[in-house]
Amino acid sequence: MAAVGDPTRPKAAPWLLSGPALVLFVALLLVPLLMTFVLSFNSFGFYTGIEPTFGLHNYLDVLGDEYFHEIFARTFGIALVTTLLCAAIGTPEAYFLYRMRGRWRSAVLLVVLGPLLISVVVRTLGWAILLGNRGVINTALIDLELITRPIKMMYTTGGIVIALVHVMVPFMVIAVWAALHRQDPATEQAAESLGAGPITIFFRVVLPQAMPGVLSGSLIVFSLSASAFATPAILGGRRVKVVSTTVYDEFLSTLNWPLGAAIAMLLLVAVLLVMASYNRLVERRFAQVFG
Amino acid sequence: MAFLELKGLTKRFGEVTAVEDFDLSVERGEFVSLLGPSGCGKTTTLQMIAGFEQPTAGSIVLEGRDLVGVKARDRGIGIVFQSYALFPHMTVAENVAFGLEMRKVAPAERRRRVEEVLALVHLEPQRDRYPRAMSGGQRQRVALARALVIEPEILLLDEPLSNLDAKLREEMQLELRGIQQRMGVTTVLVTHDQTEAMALSDRIAVMQHGRLVQVAGPLEAYEHPRSDFVSSFLGKTNRLEGRIVESGPERCRVAVGELLLGAPPPPGAAAPGDGRVIVSVRPEKIEFRPAGDGLLDGSVAARIFLGDHWLYQVETPLGLLLVIRQNSGPAEVDSGGRVGLAWDAAQVRLLPFEEVA
Repeated sequence: MAAVGDPTRPKAAPWLLSGPALVLFVALLLVPLLMTFVLSFNSFGFYTGIEPTFGLHNYLDVLGDEYFHEIFARTFGIALVTTLLCAAIGTPEAYFLYRMRGRWRSAVLLVVLGPLLISVVVRTLGWAILLGNRGVINTALIDLELITRPIKMMYTTGGIVIALVHVMVPFMVIAVWAALHRQDPATEQAAESLGAGPITIFFRVVLPQAMPGVLSGSLIVFSLSASAFATPAILGGRRVKVVSTTVYDEFLSTLNWPLGAAIAMLLLVAVLLVMASYNRLVERRFAQVFG
Repeated sequence: MAFLELKGLTKRFGEVTAVEDFDLSVERGEFVSLLGPSGCGKTTTLQMIAGFEQPTAGSIVLEGRDLVGVKARDRGIGIVFQSYALFPHMTVAENVAFGLEMRKVAPAERRRRVEEVLALVHLEPQRDRYPRAMSGGQRQRVALARALVIEPEILLLDEPLSNLDAKLREEMQLELRGIQQRMGVTTVLVTHDQTEAMALSDRIAVMQHGRLVQVAGPLEAYEHPRSDFVSSFLGKTNRLEGRIVESGPERCRVAVGELLLGAPPPPGAAAPGDGRVIVSVRPEKIEFRPAGDGLLDGSVAARIFLGDHWLYQVETPLGLLLVIRQNSGPAEVDSGGRVGLAWDAAQVRLLPFEEVA
């Protein structure tokens, strides 16, 4: 008689329970990804369409073309600056939130995380209204006679960075906030009793302990920014292209799907490489201290 | 004027009074424990001395200087936290040096003093380890070293030994007491552990419901408790309800059930009009006699061997009585046997009657 929990019987329950999620994951993520990967080796003719050949020419095209180099460099530049700004803004924000009590904390938490509830497209269009040549900011500055000609903010990398920071800061806040909750609140009191002021306490005691949170938040922000589409598409337009908008154009304007697929795969690999090497670096640094 | 003087210290959180009208004087170099069950206000009192909580009323005077309103970082008080609160991202030496760094002590001097205090707590070989890689006892020592290195006016210990296992706790008690006496640092310990308070302190301040109930040396508090609460909280006791039937300046007679016992008069004011008192007899003051020879007879309900002593539960007409006998040979009586119980009338304590909360 096979009793319940018989160790020799293969356990069906875990597989059954995770089944739906697994099916969803395989069907909607792995299969399309694999098909994109295969597609990236095919070739494209202007009159013939996609041909089921097999070669690395798409990759060689991208890797050998300065036009694409510039787009990749711009994308990672934007992602890097966005990450640094998010860390600089999100970390103190998370700390203030952590120090707040009761009702205030709930209210401010809602303000911080609220943007996540609104579609990125809507938020970015909001930034377009603010940043345009006849947008709110320029109109106000001209009316105040601080400037005579509008500052160009739309269709610039700067505009993209500002909007991306706004979109990404909540992710940083959540990551740092979680790290802050893992630390012993008495360490701040200990530092205070030893004679440290609030600023010293933040930089010498709180920040180092929250660093794993800052670093994992940076990882999230960097990878999301590097592959962001809506924000650079709306604020960068055709003039400031990033990798994801380039892929979009290859697929929908040029109809060169194989080339688009190759660019997409390169973006994926580049982001994964950055994340993996960064992760190793961080782990080596913190294994000894936090484990 | 005492070294540290707490006067009328009161702390209210909204409607809740955590500490009320607390008075305590601590002499220079003295080791005083604040002892009480959780929620008695002992930690709040410590937090007020440290400067993390502002008192609602009252004063904290250190060497004639009122500390109320002085920031925690300017008080020069060393604290060992229950969780140790070590900085996890700093090595042992960096942890200890932090306070000196804040005081802008020159690097060479800093290094010398860190080495000195690490030697005191026997942690020189671990100076470059991170707290994570250390045992509870070692972390405890780092916390102590970090608090001592700044040569604090007062050392505050917040349940410092409660996270250690029993054997280590005993070792640390001896070591802590040794270090405290060698350095002569005035120390206030907060604990709910009565054995810890008795082992370490010169004086114990017993707290209940935010108020100070009794301040006395460990022996005095144990032998002459001022209230039923102190008597039950410090060690074990047999607690009986009785009524004074005859009182005199040297000797009282008190009726407990059918039994008439002799006892010294109760402390302070005489018992209230109806003469109801709590009669407390410590279990180690009770002796066995042959059945019929003692003050009362009973049968041994349970017998527990605890190494250096035996613990007996004896079923008597007055209820279950605890008896503790030294293990100095074979057990005196067997489980189930009839015995007589006797004690010296001078060892009985009469305490004001309190309704059990």
